[in-house]
Amino acid sequence: MTSLVIAEHDNKTLKEQTAKAVTAAAQLGAPVHVLVAGQDAGAVADAAAKLAGVEKVLLADDAQYAKLVAESVEALILSLADKYDAILAPATTNGKNYLPRVAAKLDVPQISEILKVVSPDTFERPIYAGNAIQTVQAPEGKKVITVRTTAFKAAEATGSASVEKISAAADPGISKFVGEELSKSERPELTSAKIVISGGRGMQSGDNFHLLDKIADKLHAAVGASRAAVDAGFVPNDYQVGQTGKVVAPELYIAVGISGAIQHLAGMKDSKVIAAINKDEEAPIFQVADYGLVADLFKALPEMEEELTKLGY
Amino acid sequence: MKVLVPVKRVIDYNVKVRVKADQTGVDLANVKMSMNPFDEICVEEAVRLKEKGKATEVVAVSIGPAQASETIRTALAMGADRGILVKVDGDVEPLAVAKILKGIVEAEQPGLVILGKQAIDDDSNQTGQMLAALLGWPQGTFAHKLELGEGTARIEREIDGGLQTVEVKTPAIMTVDLRLNEPRYASLPNIMKAKKKPIDDKTPADYGVDTAPRLKVLKVTEPPKRQAGVKVKTVAELVDKLKNEAGVLP
Repeated sequence: MTSLVIAEHDNKTLKEQTAKAVTAAAQLGAPVHVLVAGQDAGAVADAAAKLAGVEKVLLADDAQYAKLVAESVEALILSLADKYDAILAPATTNGKNYLPRVAAKLDVPQISEILKVVSPDTFERPIYAGNAIQTVQAPEGKKVITVRTTAFKAAEATGSASVEKISAAADPGISKFVGEELSKSERPELTSAKIVISGGRGMQSGDNFHLLDKIADKLHAAVGASRAAVDAGFVPNDYQVGQTGKVVAPELYIAVGISGAIQHLAGMKDSKVIAAINKDEEAPIFQVADYGLVADLFKALPEMEEELTKLGY
Repeated sequence: MKVLVPVKRVIDYNVKVRVKADQTGVDLANVKMSMNPFDEICVEEAVRLKEKGKATEVVAVSIGPAQASETIRTALAMGADRGILVKVDGDVEPLAVAKILKGIVEAEQPGLVILGKQAIDDDSNQTGQMLAALLGWPQGTFAHKLELGEGTARIEREIDGGLQTVEVKTPAIMTVDLRLNEPRYASLPNIMKAKKKPIDDKTPADYGVDTAPRLKVLKVTEPPKRQAGVKVKTVAELVDKLKNEAGVLP
């Protein structure tokens, strides 16, 4: 049979997380279909059709799917579920929102945030914020899976699948989208940024975070923080990287004035390269950092900005 | 309106978890256990609703070993009115938890169930959504703000890239994110009072739920360890290495 990947998009563009989930789905060994649920999302479906390994794209174009409201998306996926062996979604806030509803209705366990497909029924997933890795085997029957997209490469845009329009499912009518407020920052999101620069208690105040902002602007990086910095009121909670905050795995993570508490390390230790600036050479962060600089951050950050300017950033 | 608050007993978030040498799981022996941090936020929100006169009763539920009664006591000390302990030993998967909670919801008839968005042990992020689906209720997950209306709830949610507001019909499920509130510390008199509050003992069989795990955990291992790298002496050297050695600057 076939695997179905639910597309992540904003009705205009297909998000890269979808291409990564397609890679995970392809590893199950069955043909891959992609479901685009959206409103006026034809361009998204066309983009999905170009992903290598995709056999068919289903497009459900309806006003109730404009914002991927969980109750509506659940009904749509369930209307298609009979034809599929596996249903996958990227572990975005959307995927995490609607997919467990589907699993519950199908009476199957969901396998959350897989990191690796060991075999078509066996997967690795993080527990304890990545401090342990669990290898789980799914039972016979349908598989419902969310994919930790930082763990898979994006499928390339070299394919040419067909797009089939499908009809919407009945609107459950129990919830509705009211509005949204997306951060206007030119900077990328913390969880999808290629570079993250985070500050800790060592930043001493919220005002001092502008030292990080300047570097972030040059590198097109997201700005994060440790729980200590959030608890001290320097920055809002949505900056928090760590076990109870956001888990990030960028190409480069720069930790500034962060000692490296267990709970912070849990949120960033899968980064490809870690650089740390801290004046305490005994700080635990240096045990996980590829590059450590023992220095006063108030001197080091302006120097770094200058250095980057010199290099043309 | 009654509010139901499921709370889970997990390894304290400050404890460094250790994987057992036989790869069967993580070591729970002599480890400090606490209420799942997200669940503390749930209890706080429910108690605030009661203090504002919007909730009539706050019922804390835990599904777990006998010691999970301590987790319920913590909720009672924070202001919950009574508890229900569904005793189960061993891991219970989110789907089974959701089925048990469905049974409790049918018996208790709450107007709102407030759950943590995930437990910090298995990191599944499923139970609230599954419970909502099983009940046919709407959900507001990863809540950042809650406003109750007449027969509706307006929930502001933390989503990738910002905030989203949904309006759901009640009864409904809400799962909470970190920014919803700051949980209180229980005062000593309230801790004493909590000892007198009732806790009902139940079993999964009371709700007709089989808690045998469906997923087979083949092993639990340590994640690949990072090696400490090199110390650089200057900022210029750091930038140079990031650019030319690691190749991670754009």
